Amino acid sequence: MKPLLTAIFALFISHAAQAGVAIEHWTTANGARVHFVAARSLPMLDVQIDFAAGSMFDPADKAGLAALTRGILDLGAAERDETLISEQLADLGAVLGGGADTDRASVTLRTLSAKDKLEPALAILRDILRQPRFDAAILEREKTRTITSLKEAMTRPDSIAGKAFWEALYPQHPYGRQASPESVATLSRADLLGFHQRLYTAGNASITLVGDLSRQQAEQIAAQLSTALPNGAAPTLPPPPAPAKATSQALAHPASQAHIYLGMPSIERGHPDYFPLLVGNYTLGGGGFVSRLVKEVRDKRGFAYSVYSYFAPLRQTGPFQIGLQTQRKQAGEAIKVVREVLGDFVNKGPSEEELVAAKANLSGSFPLRLDSNSKLLANVAAIAFYSLPLDYLDQYQAKVQAVTAGDVKAAFSRHVRPADLVTVTVAAD
Amino acid sequence: MTMRHLLPVLLAPWLLTAALANPYETTLDNGLRIIVKEDNRAPTAVHMVWYRIGSMDEVDGTSGVAHVLEHMMFKGTPSVGPGEFNKRVAAAGGRDNAFTSRDYTAYFQQIPKEKLDEMMQLEADRMRHLTVDPKEFAQEIKVVMEERRMRTDDNPQSKLFEQMNAAAFQAHPYRRPIIGWMSDLETMTAADAKAWYDTWYVPNNAYVVVSGDVKHQEVFALAKKHYGALPSRDLPPRKAQVEPRQEGTRKLTVKAPAELPVLIMGYKAPIIRDPKTDQDPYALQILAAILDGHDAARFNKKLVREDKVALSAGIDYDNTARGPGMLFLYGSPSEGRSVDDLEAALRAEIKRIQETGVSETELKRTKAQLVAGQVYKLDSMFGQAMEVGQMEAVGLHWKDVDVMLAKLQQVSAADVQAVAKKYFNDDALTIGILDPQPLDGKPRRPGVAIRH
Repeated sequence: MKPLLTAIFALFISHAAQAGVAIEHWTTANGARVHFVAARSLPMLDVQIDFAAGSMFDPADKAGLAALTRGILDLGAAERDETLISEQLADLGAVLGGGADTDRASVTLRTLSAKDKLEPALAILRDILRQPRFDAAILEREKTRTITSLKEAMTRPDSIAGKAFWEALYPQHPYGRQASPESVATLSRADLLGFHQRLYTAGNASITLVGDLSRQQAEQIAAQLSTALPNGAAPTLPPPPAPAKATSQALAHPASQAHIYLGMPSIERGHPDYFPLLVGNYTLGGGGFVSRLVKEVRDKRGFAYSVYSYFAPLRQTGPFQIGLQTQRKQAGEAIKVVREVLGDFVNKGPSEEELVAAKANLSGSFPLRLDSNSKLLANVAAIAFYSLPLDYLDQYQAKVQAVTAGDVKAAFSRHVRPADLVTVTVAAD
Repeated sequence: MTMRHLLPVLLAPWLLTAALANPYETTLDNGLRIIVKEDNRAPTAVHMVWYRIGSMDEVDGTSGVAHVLEHMMFKGTPSVGPGEFNKRVAAAGGRDNAFTSRDYTAYFQQIPKEKLDEMMQLEADRMRHLTVDPKEFAQEIKVVMEERRMRTDDNPQSKLFEQMNAAAFQAHPYRRPIIGWMSDLETMTAADAKAWYDTWYVPNNAYVVVSGDVKHQEVFALAKKHYGALPSRDLPPRKAQVEPRQEGTRKLTVKAPAELPVLIMGYKAPIIRDPKTDQDPYALQILAAILDGHDAARFNKKLVREDKVALSAGIDYDNTARGPGMLFLYGSPSEGRSVDDLEAALRAEIKRIQETGVSETELKRTKAQLVAGQVYKLDSMFGQAMEVGQMEAVGLHWKDVDVMLAKLQQVSAADVQAVAKKYFNDDALTIGILDPQPLDGKPRRPGVAIRH
């Protein structure tokens, strides 16, 4: 459940030369926000319904509730048990998906758009929204499976490091709270029903439709999905996370490689510094093979196969993170190199040449971010869920191009303070 | 793939404009084939160069060299400096990477469509003029060793799978891991990588796949311009290495830090060699879908949901490859259940098909999923290029996809029952077990109490 990397894009309509996304937006009678993009080249439809029902809404002593609620949501609804739901969707060639992260719980459906496939598939989806069963026997089974999976995850160096990292970044905030075998064991059916009743409501939902529909069809489908949901409002958010304090943790593990994470809480979605940070981070550790971290850690020294940095803006202050894995005996040396690269970048910012290269790639690669219905769905759903401006995609390239080296330096000095970084290592000597 | 076979099923007029001859192909005088899949939904393109050379072509002592060379392909030519390839792709607004398998090595760029010319220039340059600099090699081999530590040495499931292959295959090179044994990486030299490149990286051992918003005539012209002048060269003969018939169950255990045991049961299984006349590989693919094709398919429904003997259970079977095939049943037992319990449960599901077959409903369901999948796959430009590339890599023709889909639609319940009886044979079985070890080397404490 890694928070989604930020990246938001536009539709290039078939045969049309100009960038621009025709996102249509309206609100249903009972308050669900709808975003629709007609994409009529392929006879298929993608639907995504997002609720502000991620793990940030887990009560303090019930970590794992959001994930379990979403996990069981589609395992039996109204007249259908879990088997019938899967079998009937498979008969239609439809695919149900989704999950929960820190911020949202999502339900997705991909179906053919031919009427005899579309209508029965949507009917199943509506039942899942209207009347999930939360069957007690299934809850017990899934709790057991979740607990076993959590125990398995806690034997793996990357999972151990990830858990410790988020706990260290957010000691007082729900973002730092992680499901454990103990917390999941306490979850009851009443907990799930309460969570569902409070958060899986029309007023807390955004519905995104991408595919082979007319506006009229889209309105009708959205209205029916929305009507299936109970009335309700968006929840109050927890108080924002406190600024990070530098901490350092070294956890033991027998692995051959050390897993290393450095970072701090940084920015939320929609923050005005987002574009300077995006452009700057391309040079630091976001630009794949051409970033400074890859050059120094991988190319020059052969320390790691993978080394990266990114900003993951969330509903509330999301993290800036650097990650790598290296042979356990050279972990200290690798961290030293990472800190030097970061310190130098924060002090001096990108060179003019680096800035030009970053903008050329981020702006030039823009069409690649929206050349399929599934990419469009992901991006429009993010706009919908985070209430970003409808012209966000149209403005993307201009906002990238407008960033100066001074903007990058100023934004990094505000949001990445090397002295305050949280460091977690697992399996370092 | 072409869409002819879909027309009767979907009656979709949107297909007609694109369907007629798409993809298109041509062959240059030097033997390089060019295959173009036009798709003008977005102004982007995918450019891939596939080499018919993978880890199965390696020899003992230099395992992993195909993959190491793939890394070295980014380290420069006389006209493009080390790291410059990535820089040029990035400046073009593109993304690039490469992958090595047992059967092939492939390189790709995803780009705004107008950058295809420049990408072909770069790929053509490194098809002929790669520099394998010993200093660059010395750094890069360390990166590959880190990659091996990450992917295999610290990943208990991968380690188990590596051992499975090493036990299931004895004569055939599929016994070696793609990434190579660590000791082979430690002793590998720049000269090994250079020899590999000089032997295999020639246009007559490669093909180019382009998908996206392009015109095939223009792509052919660009390909001729950039790749046309590269000389072809005879390839060394590839000697068939035939795996002898397995004559008894093999069993192995891997101990590694983990919580859960893992069981893999691998059976030798057939591969599609003649798409038109082969039967069994199609029936096995349908069998796999009936067991594990959706959340209420037999394995998940019975073993995970009803009997709760497994935390997860699945089947993995790829019926196309250059080398021999295997079908894997795998899973992890639930807490309190043993690997033996899981093995018995997996065997019982196979036995059920052997004795009572599969239903028409299950068969129809699987075929409906296949038809829908043919539409969904068109959503990905990259996926369309991959499909063409992978078909060609295993010695089939991209046009065979149509034949294969038609053959799958013809599989009957009796066919499925027949292959269930024929291939789940203990003498052709290799069993691998991950035996989980505590992280600190101490005996496990009892886990958290679970209320039922």
